[in-house]
Amino acid sequence: MIEVVSVNKTFGKQQVLFAVSATFLPGKVNLIIGQSGQGKSVLAKCMVGLHEVDSGSILFNGRDFTAMEKSEKSEIRQEIGMLFQGSALFDSMTVEENVKFPLSMFTKMTKKEMQMRVDFCLERVNLSGRNGLYPSECSGGMQKRVGIARAISMNPKYLFCDEPNSGLDPKTAIVIDSLIKDITYEYGITTMVITHDMNSVMEIGDSVLFIHQGKKWWEGDRHSIISTENPEINAFVFASEFMKEIKESLKGQKR
Amino acid sequence: MNYIRNIGAYFLMLGWVFRKPRKISIFWRMLMHEVQHIGINSIPIVALMSTFIGAVISLQTASNMDSPLLPAYTVGYITQSSIILEFSPTIISLILAGKVGSNIASEIGTMRITEQIDALEIMGVNSLNYLVFPKVIAAIAYFPVLVIFSMFLGMLGGFAALVISGLQSPETYILGLRSWFDVYNVYYALTKTVAFGFIIVSISSFYGYYVKGGSLDVGKASTKSVVVSSVVILIFNFIITKLMLL
Ligand SMILES: Nc1ncnc2c1ncn2[C@@H]1O[C@H](COP(=O)(O)OP(=O)(O)OP(=O)(O)O)[C@@H](O)[C@H]1O
Ligand SMILES: [Mg+2]
Repeated sequence: MIEVVSVNKTFGKQQVLFAVSATFLPGKVNLIIGQSGQGKSVLAKCMVGLHEVDSGSILFNGRDFTAMEKSEKSEIRQEIGMLFQGSALFDSMTVEENVKFPLSMFTKMTKKEMQMRVDFCLERVNLSGRNGLYPSECSGGMQKRVGIARAISMNPKYLFCDEPNSGLDPKTAIVIDSLIKDITYEYGITTMVITHDMNSVMEIGDSVLFIHQGKKWWEGDRHSIISTENPEINAFVFASEFMKEIKESLKGQKR
Repeated sequence: MNYIRNIGAYFLMLGWVFRKPRKISIFWRMLMHEVQHIGINSIPIVALMSTFIGAVISLQTASNMDSPLLPAYTVGYITQSSIILEFSPTIISLILAGKVGSNIASEIGTMRITEQIDALEIMGVNSLNYLVFPKVIAAIAYFPVLVIFSMFLGMLGGFAALVISGLQSPETYILGLRSWFDVYNVYYALTKTVAFGFIIVSISSFYGYYVKGGSLDVGKASTKSVVVSSVVILIFNFIITKLMLL
């Protein structure tokens, strides 16, 4: 479980996060949604410590991450897997070396054990046999999957995904989404996914946090997001005319 | 004000660089990679520069030595001392600041803007130690090798120029090279080289690591790192010379 308690974050004069509090539960896919530039990525980066918060705290299973020394943070970080918006694969390493990297850095596994773990993770993301490719030789969707394989190689307790399916076709996006969902349920991971994609919200959103103007604007699950009357949510969810029509027809059915 | 802040940030960075690597085997692998990158790949340019400049120094010296009072072997002596004292340690380091420094800044800068450094930090890796420490060690260990190699080729270049063009006999030139040869000068030159290697790698890593923005900014950081490390090299060249030779 991750608890965010009243986090404020400013860059220079611009305040980006305003007293955001939230709870992310284990074994669930917790979504953060919101329009562009509202502070989603900043929130995620604050949670993993890539940005320092101005005030407030982040608790990982009750342990206050924000108050820790760098060495203690390093311990927690070994329990975190993160998939970056741009995949952030190490481009001087092959697919296999990318996935193996955290294992060789932090575990005492033998070569054989590492190889088994790497093959398992690649298999899990449907990339068996692609071990020798370099990131530049992979398609965008493959890079995302390698990113997931690398993020789960250490059996993380917490998984962060920043827009895992941006820039992918709808079908590949669903593959990535269900992969994240399956992994989360299978291993009871506390998963946090930032997304713009309403498909993802409906597919995998166990709980949904809507960030607007740097504040927690709304919280709920994928069912209540359709029926809520919150105007900002509606503007986000039913952005297109097509979706507005669907909403109207849903209302009609209910009556 | 900005300068002072940069200098402070630079020393804070060094504090994170000089830590014990988490896994020696990984450090070793990175070190070998950097030796290849920084050292071996620089051999061709160092060889080319050294041979030709050595040849030109000796020819220029010979053309200026037309006084009958000066013995002929003075040419070899002057060639030897200008190569050992200044050309090989300083000029070669400036060349390497351009080649190695810009390379390091753009490599690390690209890792920064593509979030690869964030990915390392998220895993709990000390990214400065992981990325920069092997480069520093490789430079400190390998720059002196390159410079000794350059000294040797510079003198050889002078030999070729003088002897092949028939200006001097091999014996006279070699006698000149061996006259007043002082090991302390080599020691001074290598001390400078180690300092310059450290300056190049640490400054270019600094500019790469703290890059903000996009690929354009990586290009700027790379240029900036070459300019700044060249200036710092010139300043330290002066300081070390003052301290060690006078
Ligand atoms: N490192 C930074 N320095 C200064 N300002 C920043 C930094 N990172 C983000 N911001 C600012 O914080 C605000 C929120 O950015 P953030 O990246 O969190 O948006 P987002 O909700 O993730 O948007 P998107 O969906 O487009 O990724 C933006 O106004 C941005 O300019
Ligand atoms: Mg974002």
